[in-house]
Amino acid sequence: MPSLYHLIDILLPYEWARHVFMKNALLGVLLVAPIFGLLGTMIVNNRMAFFSDAVGHSALTGIAIGIILGMNNPLWAMLCFSILLAAAITMVINANTASTDTIIGAFSSTAVALGIVILSIRGGFNKYSVYLIGDLLSISTTDLIMLAIVFIIVIILWTTVFNKLLLVSINQSLAGSRRINVQFYKYLFTLTMAVVVTISIQWVGILIINSLLVLPAAAARNIAQNMRQYHIYSVSIAVVSGLSGLILSYFLGTASGATIVLISAIFFLATLGLRFRFNN
Amino acid sequence: MLHENLKKKECVTCGCGLCCTKIQNLSVTRNHTEILKDIDLHIHCGDLTAIIGLNGAGKSTLLKAILGEISHTGELTFLDADNNRTRRPVIGYVPQKLDFDCGSPVSVQDVFAAVHTNKPVWFSHSKKIRERAYKSLSSVQAAHLINRRLGILSGGELQRVMLALALDPKPDLLLLDEPVSGIDNNGLKLFYKIVSNLRENYDLSIILVSHDFNLAAQYADRVIFLNDKIVACSGTPEEVFSNQKVIDTFGMKIFKPTGNSGGADN
Repeated sequence: MPSLYHLIDILLPYEWARHVFMKNALLGVLLVAPIFGLLGTMIVNNRMAFFSDAVGHSALTGIAIGIILGMNNPLWAMLCFSILLAAAITMVINANTASTDTIIGAFSSTAVALGIVILSIRGGFNKYSVYLIGDLLSISTTDLIMLAIVFIIVIILWTTVFNKLLLVSINQSLAGSRRINVQFYKYLFTLTMAVVVTISIQWVGILIINSLLVLPAAAARNIAQNMRQYHIYSVSIAVVSGLSGLILSYFLGTASGATIVLISAIFFLATLGLRFRFNN
Repeated sequence: MLHENLKKKECVTCGCGLCCTKIQNLSVTRNHTEILKDIDLHIHCGDLTAIIGLNGAGKSTLLKAILGEISHTGELTFLDADNNRTRRPVIGYVPQKLDFDCGSPVSVQDVFAAVHTNKPVWFSHSKKIRERAYKSLSSVQAAHLINRRLGILSGGELQRVMLALALDPKPDLLLLDEPVSGIDNNGLKLFYKIVSNLRENYDLSIILVSHDFNLAAQYADRVIFLNDKIVACSGTPEEVFSNQKVIDTFGMKIFKPTGNSGGADN
């Protein structure tokens, strides 16, 4: 860790980069942004933006459950709950009883309501509002190690099973005819998404985490012609918005997560303009 | 046609020297509703079998049951030329439509690479994989589409690309789910012509869910009319399209009898 800090000092000899919390936040963004850029491509492909939003919101219930169980850090409760919720939603969608957005909406609002009710029991909801907007500047060294592990897992998944995930997203029967275990890969992706969203939530915030997942990929999709470009653009946009948003928020004194989202949104609008201009 | 005589023979134990697909008593029930009931089909290699029926008659469900995607009762066996049960057959499937977001930047090349290799398609495409895709696409007159995005292809182009994909590796059984709409007539004719060529040149059976009865009548060896969960009528195009039930269901007479067709007599 000290050597990493030293490296940052050499690379970024600026006043803002001297604080340890900024160094940690910088490393955190460098780990989180590429993951979001990668996962986002598949979330947009599968039209799952609403799904990831629901998973993000369910974190609130996870926190509440963690607090009931008397945990100091409710992360494990959050993880368990979001994995359960993601699996439950996928199962109900598979049963094909109502349209996907209705099912997700029902689950999501129930989870949020449950979380708010439990957290407000003693009128102390304000304590937890940090989870709503997140605090990138509070990333600790242990958090960074956990993020690094998630980062490595996502990279491994993306290099080993990406093709199968892609085929499943294009057409499930087609993937099945290629002897791909469709359900396995559907759950694998959904649960990975749930874990990544939940782990990142305390720094990014429930309200905006989904924008960070969706915006870079949505922007990349406007200008890419194939999967390779899609990934390169999406990850680049995520990293550039992450770093510039963090630095900007330091100088403006604004919430870093939201600042990052705004910069991603600018990328989205710009690429949308390009798309209309070249009419494809 | 090569198999014309063989087809006419009664096929008791399938001693006709052809590989075949046998479907016996296949039933599908989903959410307590019976969708298909006691379907019996026997499809020889080299045959093009067209399935017709109203919307919701269970045509796509039948294909999905054969694919193994939907659980079913009854038996599904694939026999080789010597009447032995074979290894699990290679099934090629041409879907009716794509599930994913059409604006997504997935190129035709990306899909081929995703099918043929485990090397992630966002990394790069090897020359070998590219050539393999190019060759497949050429065989369906779609080589010029290799760098296009999947979402901007016309219905006919997409159908041909999906067909090329289904043909590598060579399948034993080819399942085609024809889109309900969105394909121009020329595209459809080209598609039927390619499929028809295939069956003459390769040893494979083809099941096609069809919405264009004129083309089905022209190219299919056998037509199966699915109605009310069961096979209501099956036989040569002449027989099926002159069947009163079929005429009543679709409200028109489709098949225009040619000079030597014995089946159509009204």
